[in-house]
Amino acid sequence: MITHRIQIEKKVLNENQRIAADLRRRFEESGTLVLNLISSPGSGKTSLLECTLACLPRSTRVAVLTGDIQTENDAQRLQRFGFLVKQITTGGTCHLDARMIERAIASWDLDDLDLLFIENVGNLVCPSSYDLGEAAKIVILSVTEGEDKPLKYPSIFFKSELMVLNKVDLLPYVPFSVAVAVENAKRTHPGIEVILTSCTTDYGLNGWLHWLDSRVTTARNSQAVLV
Amino acid sequence: MHELSIAAAILEAAQREVALHQNAPLQKIVVRLGELAAVDAEALRFSFEMITKATEFEPVELELEFIFRTNRCAGCGAEFAVKDMEFRCPVCGSQDTSFLRGDELEIAYLELEDV
Repeated sequence: MITHRIQIEKKVLNENQRIAADLRRRFEESGTLVLNLISSPGSGKTSLLECTLACLPRSTRVAVLTGDIQTENDAQRLQRFGFLVKQITTGGTCHLDARMIERAIASWDLDDLDLLFIENVGNLVCPSSYDLGEAAKIVILSVTEGEDKPLKYPSIFFKSELMVLNKVDLLPYVPFSVAVAVENAKRTHPGIEVILTSCTTDYGLNGWLHWLDSRVTTARNSQAVLV
Repeated sequence: MHELSIAAAILEAAQREVALHQNAPLQKIVVRLGELAAVDAEALRFSFEMITKATEFEPVELELEFIFRTNRCAGCGAEFAVKDMEFRCPVCGSQDTSFLRGDELEIAYLELEDV
């Protein structure tokens, strides 16, 4: 039997990649900073967003897309701050993909948005494979989870620009070394930035808001260059 | 567990290519899988078997080429596999090394029977 070979050299998630690239171009043109928040379930993505939305000036034009397998609970928690919030229920899928984002924002005018948070489905594995057109991925790790998570789930730490180490108010009660966690994150991704936060005591929120503010400004300024 | 959707994406992409080649019988799909792709090889093989079972694609072989995480040294240019998160260049000892490959999730090539 004679066979022949066809070179393909395409990403398996080529279709997702194509939509993500299109979304990224649109976000850059409108000067909207898009952040993809990824963590295990229960590490505090929604709490961090609650604190963030409560602190942001009303003049910041913010929207949140929040992904879960079931329920509208997160959207309900976040809606009370008066910003645009939309729930994406995946109905079983363990991650968000670019097509879900494209559909969710279809009726939005991106020129009216400075900042879009995408709260991914709680999962440290699958969301790392799907580009959503974001400017940066942010991984959230809480101190109740164990400081070896960056070594066990290297992909998401490698692809994230920032690690938010959350629930630091619980440090006196759990055997967790911040130094070891940070070292593990840096071993996985030497360039990763780290911010320590507590949504209960507001510890570190200023640093987080400052990080956001500088990234929003950068996104807006690079839009000025594009236009 | 997103290997099932990845297996489906691989099969769909392969089917599209086969259609461009007079629907020649597909024998093998070769996929490059990086250490950092967050995809489990066994789960992917199992998912692929499951979705092709009792279809015309049942005989298709899915071959996985595993790509280790590899860095390149900015100092001496050496390329080396990163083991145990050790990023220092094993040749010259420089700390200044950067990611080269290891996050692939791509279809390298297909093998079709000649018609």
